[in-house]
Amino acid sequence: MKRVYVKEEWCLGCHLCEYNCAFANSGKRDMSSALKGKPIFPRIHIESDDKITYAVSCRHCEDPMCIKSCIAGAISKKDGRVCIDRSKCVGCLTCVMVCPYGALAPGENGTMQKCELCLENSCGAPACVTGCPNRAIVYEER
Amino acid sequence: MRGLKHYVIIGNGIAAVGCIEGIRSKDAVNPITVVSSEPFPAYGRPLISYYLAGKTNIKKMIYRPEDFYESNGVKVLYGKSAKSFDPAAKTVLLSDGEELSYSELLIATGSVPFVPRFQGIETVKNKSCFMTIEDSLSVEESLSPEAKVLIIGAGFIGLKCAEGIKGRAKSIMVADLAGHILPSILDDDSAPYMEKILTDNEIELLLGDTALRFDGNRAYMQSGKVIDFDYLVLAVGVRPAATLFSEAGGAMGKGITINEKGETSLPSVYAAGDCTESMDISCGEISVTANLPSAYMQGRTAGVNMAGGIECYDKGIKMNSIGFFGLHVISAGTRTDETLVYEAKSDSSLKKLYAKDGVLTGYMLVGDVERAGVYTALIRNRTPLDSFDFEKMKQIPSLAPFGSEARRNMLGGVV
Repeated sequence: MKRVYVKEEWCLGCHLCEYNCAFANSGKRDMSSALKGKPIFPRIHIESDDKITYAVSCRHCEDPMCIKSCIAGAISKKDGRVCIDRSKCVGCLTCVMVCPYGALAPGENGTMQKCELCLENSCGAPACVTGCPNRAIVYEER
Repeated sequence: MRGLKHYVIIGNGIAAVGCIEGIRSKDAVNPITVVSSEPFPAYGRPLISYYLAGKTNIKKMIYRPEDFYESNGVKVLYGKSAKSFDPAAKTVLLSDGEELSYSELLIATGSVPFVPRFQGIETVKNKSCFMTIEDSLSVEESLSPEAKVLIIGAGFIGLKCAEGIKGRAKSIMVADLAGHILPSILDDDSAPYMEKILTDNEIELLLGDTALRFDGNRAYMQSGKVIDFDYLVLAVGVRPAATLFSEAGGAMGKGITINEKGETSLPSVYAAGDCTESMDISCGEISVTANLPSAYMQGRTAGVNMAGGIECYDKGIKMNSIGFFGLHVISAGTRTDETLVYEAKSDSSLKKLYAKDGVLTGYMLVGDVERAGVYTALIRNRTPLDSFDFEKMKQIPSLAPFGSEARRNMLGGVV
């Protein structure tokens, strides 16, 4: 299965992946009406220390803790992808407590969201990968 | 394999779901029978307060898709409970007299409310505990703009009930003998944050006090206060539902004692979830972990082993994620004053980290709970603190303190 991987030696720390992610999942037609002047809720985030930056998003684990821990049964696997049914989620944050990667966070309405590889929105392939100016994020089979 | 095994699961909560999925990961054919005292498919029990708050409904609360039991070859006996079981004959006697034979048995009976013998409690007509869908429907029926609700117990259950009915009653009061709310989870530093958000939301807290006796719709408190109410919620605490097991002669402490495979002291009898006690690796002691993730994972582990596979669940710890009105607290592991290694405080957030013997053993986060799971993983995996930059990790939980090479293992392949 294809997943999102990051090449941290190429990451510029420009945060464009966060903006592209938030835009891709906004359902809006243009980026400025989707994001301008608003708090954004991306499903990928940049982490850094003094020397390095890199992006983190859901690893789509083989044996995901979030699925086993969800109090609402809102998280499940679809063809290997870990997906969340936000209509079932109540925003209890138990998944935040158990994900070792910090890959789930609440969206604007308080229910949880996570990377679903842009296969649930209209992109069809991860927008973070397509929009990365330095090809530091790739979408491939490993 | 067909015909060789017949799995019986007593209880139909999350541990049962885990067990079914564990069995079916190894054995696709042999029959599974679930004894369900409640008339519903497995549902997320903590959701009953979210139901009252209008954030979910009964249909969405059902834990797995509609065809879950059917597609897994599971027969559910709704409205029945187990009266006893005979570990020698490998049979379960049901409440209606029916007898089931099993090859492997899972006890997943959860917990039962602990209700102290309050004098005059029988004179209170409008009351319930807050454990089941039925309880929440009963609470809901009592709600009106005139209704005064009294909740005895400021633990997880009582307070989530209070949050759930906010705005649907005239007044909501929560009383507890403890000096602060959530005594089993919070400490003196963290409790004030949560108490403030509750009282800001018009939940009245009466701490250091509890009911002495009841007379109809009136509670006489230990402090001498007299409180009139229209509905009483009893949420003093819960206990592992282990009577069935102890009567069959199984070994137990506070709950049914299980090992890392989910086995009990009785042959072919497994147990999982809130009815059990097991090793808490954050303190090295046997304890009742009683949380939903553990229930699932214990159930799943038991299921795999019941079906002849080999799986160990040896990362059990206590953990809790609870929020009120948008303010969240996440805590995990074991916390003692002597093991506190980091503390940071602001008006809106609190962080405390605990370590012992070179590993993280516990944490408490209030307000800023982002990426708490990074800390949880450190506790569960007993990651040596000298294998990453702990000083950096104390500030912000992230993968940065691990360094490039370790991070490549986490982010660079299939995990």
